[in-house]
Amino acid sequence: MTIRHHIPDTLAMAYAAGDLPEAFNLVIATHLSMSDESRARVATFEALGGAVIETGEAAALDEGSLDACMARIAGLPPVPRAAAPRRSGDMPAPLADYVGTDLAGVNWRPVGLGVRQSILRTGPGATARLLMIPAGQAMPDHGHNGLELTLVLKGAFLDGADRFGPGDIEVADPGMQHTPVAEAWSDCVCLVASDAPLRFQSLIPRLAQPFLRI
Amino acid sequence: MAADVTETDWAALIIRVRDHQDRVAFAALFRHFAPRVKGFLMKSGASPQLAEECAQDVMATLWQKAHLFDPARASVATWVFTIARNRRIDALRKARRPEPEDLPWGPEPEPDQAEVYEAQQESERLGEALARLPEKQRVLIQRAFFGDLSHSEIAAETGLPLGTIKSRIRLALDRLRHHMS
Repeated sequence: MTIRHHIPDTLAMAYAAGDLPEAFNLVIATHLSMSDESRARVATFEALGGAVIETGEAAALDEGSLDACMARIAGLPPVPRAAAPRRSGDMPAPLADYVGTDLAGVNWRPVGLGVRQSILRTGPGATARLLMIPAGQAMPDHGHNGLELTLVLKGAFLDGADRFGPGDIEVADPGMQHTPVAEAWSDCVCLVASDAPLRFQSLIPRLAQPFLRI
Repeated sequence: MAADVTETDWAALIIRVRDHQDRVAFAALFRHFAPRVKGFLMKSGASPQLAEECAQDVMATLWQKAHLFDPARASVATWVFTIARNRRIDALRKARRPEPEDLPWGPEPEPDQAEVYEAQQESERLGEALARLPEKQRVLIQRAFFGDLSHSEIAAETGLPLGTIKSRIRLALDRLRHHMS
């Protein structure tokens, strides 16, 4: 897997700092499971977080704080070594934890133009969904009010001169117009998170928007 | 002892907690990091009481997960930060924080000492770089890590010295590649 599209520094920093809604965290955690380059970028910003803690203001602890902590430790259950989420077939562990199955088992719902989706349950602030775009199909032209992250899980899509394959992430900022087209020879499965509804250019998708929840 | 304990030594103390459940080593880590974690959480908007409880939780997690700490990958301060950040998201935002898959290798029993040294120095050097920044930039970075900025606010701050920080990336990447080969 050759990953060409990584997360930009601002996003690596926001993720490392814990500033993002859950749906974006899910996309990035899944991307990091596929891209060592992005993982290293995030690790660098986490080191900056370490520096912020190290150089930050200390607050006086309550009296007996250490003893209270030792009591807490004594009351902890044994370490859950097997608790880490597992990769499920072609689905990286953090995503498998939300979907509960591999890609073949996803419960898809048609949303028109042959496109299918499956909405994932995440916290407030942004939504996450799996999208299946049929081979050769274009997503309706859309702009953004907010931030949209698209991570390719399977197949590939083209957007202008750029090709996005498995593990690649496309970051669409507010105001960006783009038209992803699935490559001709295979369906494309993506994980998409967005913090605003998409603005479609043509009339029909716009009318359908409340039903699609995209 | 706080003033003359270096980053490398903090890692040695965690290893003592991991291998021998060493309470003296843990007490030294607690005295240094617990007040900083509490201060960090209060800056993030937690009440003193909640920050105290969460700081104790964070330090208890450090004891419990000492076997997961990899001194060749992150400094103790960095590891403490990630635990504190996750605790904050859990306690203040009541949201889940999905984590990336574990790397296919865990902490090595005999890590390369040069790598450990480099990793442990990272926060210290970034701390010095942070201290040299103009106050406005430093405050912005701190606010981001207190959970006080959105991505669009970070992206809008073209004055953020991400280039300075980025120059540190080479190190982290080289370490990863070394492990991958």
